[in-house]
Amino acid sequence: MPADPIAKTAVPPSTADFVRRSLVRKGRWGVAEIGFWAVAAATLFLLPERHLILNEIAIIGLFALSLDLILGYAGIVSLGHAAFFGFGAYMAGILAKHGFADPLLGLVVSALAAALLGFVTSFLVLRGTDLTKLMVTLGVALVLGEIANQASWVTGGADGLQGISMGPVLGLFEFDIFGTTAYAYSLTVTFLLFIVARRIVVSPFGLSLRSIRDNPLRARAVGIPVNRRLVAVYTLAAAYAGVAGALLAQTTQFVSLDVLAFHRSADIMLVLVIGGAGYLYGGLLGAIGFKVLQDILSAWTPQYWQFWIGLILVVLVLVGRERLTDKAKALRPRSRGRLAGQAKVLPTTTAGEV
Amino acid sequence: MSDLLNLHQVSAGYGDAIVISKIDLCLQPGESLAVLGRNGTGKTTLLNTIIGVTRHRGGRILLAGRDLTAARPDVRALAGIGWVPQERNIFRSLTVEENLTAVARPGPWTVERVYEMFPRLKERRANMGNQLSGGEQQMLAIARALVLNPKLLLLDEPTEGLGPIIVEELLAAMRRIIQNEGMSAVVVEQHAQKVLGVTDSAIILDRGTIVHAGSSRSLIDDPAPLEQHLGVTARKKPRQAAIH
Repeated sequence: MPADPIAKTAVPPSTADFVRRSLVRKGRWGVAEIGFWAVAAATLFLLPERHLILNEIAIIGLFALSLDLILGYAGIVSLGHAAFFGFGAYMAGILAKHGFADPLLGLVVSALAAALLGFVTSFLVLRGTDLTKLMVTLGVALVLGEIANQASWVTGGADGLQGISMGPVLGLFEFDIFGTTAYAYSLTVTFLLFIVARRIVVSPFGLSLRSIRDNPLRARAVGIPVNRRLVAVYTLAAAYAGVAGALLAQTTQFVSLDVLAFHRSADIMLVLVIGGAGYLYGGLLGAIGFKVLQDILSAWTPQYWQFWIGLILVVLVLVGRERLTDKAKALRPRSRGRLAGQAKVLPTTTAGEV
Repeated sequence: MSDLLNLHQVSAGYGDAIVISKIDLCLQPGESLAVLGRNGTGKTTLLNTIIGVTRHRGGRILLAGRDLTAARPDVRALAGIGWVPQERNIFRSLTVEENLTAVARPGPWTVERVYEMFPRLKERRANMGNQLSGGEQQMLAIARALVLNPKLLLLDEPTEGLGPIIVEELLAAMRRIIQNEGMSAVVVEQHAQKVLGVTDSAIILDRGTIVHAGSSRSLIDDPAPLEQHLGVTARKKPRQAAIH
């Protein structure tokens, strides 16, 4: 059987065939991407003494990836994304504390619970301006934080959820004090969810999200059900954040109110500012940048490291990360043609040409 | 034959303002209509009302017998209304190809087919929307409406602000879509000369109401209504080559 039956016929490809081919083209992995994940996997063996911080990076990267899905692709701003992260963390912790110690079961339940929360609260962010969305998302996180604080009989309140004991991953790999199993586990989950997200963002669904971000009115007028798509991606992102929270709970075996705190939401926004939104890797690279900066600065000046982080954020926003990355891109040949299939990118048409 | 588009006593506007009032309009399958009028007479509002982005104040809108009066814009688009807006509004952060594949639906108008109609778009298929010239953006806006495979195409001043060469190219494409392919279309245009050679019939709007309705040919042969309501004259004998 031929690999591509359409190529063997003289009939022009149908819309479905065209879209399928386009998907296949865009779904191809580039050398840089393969290199990125190969390096990430290599750190398992090359940096054994850094597994604890690498585990944190993998979790923050996944959390930032979930924010990127709504902010970078759908244009939904959020200052309360920690609501889903914290909800997932508490779900995983409570499950484990009550005897359901299998990590994968915890992940699935946390994902479903966070997705449900995301679905319910998604209707609050469908309307209003960006400021409205910021306030609504922030409010949801604050409400959840207070509920967790008051429901100390189930969450442990201000003392945190203690006594969590996780079973081995896949019944084989026990969590160790060096964080090796934790890092391998978190990295694998992050990688698998990244593949799913990557597939989604190049699909017509992902393109429709970017269309909505560009121009919601126009998107509606070309038949894109804007609200349904926003609800879907918000729910999906909530599930991702829930998994990230569950990973933190399972690998640290402790959950405190900190997982729902405002600074978590702010930090993850900062991570995305550092790495850049709208291309999935921004969250991962931002997580690396953020944690490495935090590690270096807190070792250098334990009292004032947040001052330097803040200063770097201001510089990044004022100078513009794009301006810096554009200069870096100008130093190497453009790869856009490969990313967009075989098509060659032509120079921008000037007004005089028309 | 049942109407493809039927507007019955439709009134609509923005906020508290009523811009179009008690419009009655019928369009048969395969028929094309030019909507003419001065600035601010409600031409764009009429199209916006058909796609559902104005405040509805009365009347009914039916497409192929289906009542779309209360339907959302995305439902209307899926029911078969393709819209090419005045501002083009292409998706800037998507490539040309992504602009098309994001919305393409099954039907005779495939992405390859619109590339054949607009070879420039094929050349620029990897360029982002914001890297295109005005003419290319207009081609993309039309192409994107076509790959939706609509029953009815709405074009809002498609030649506005474009150079003469691009305008000729777009008019040729419109002739092919409307006259050769038999696509039903409503074309809003300020410049009657450009559009009357393309459409079957025409209406003239003034202050939100229809003040003249007739065939395009009759307006070309007797431009008195144009002079009266628009203050312009259509070419009496348009070049045949430009029409066919």
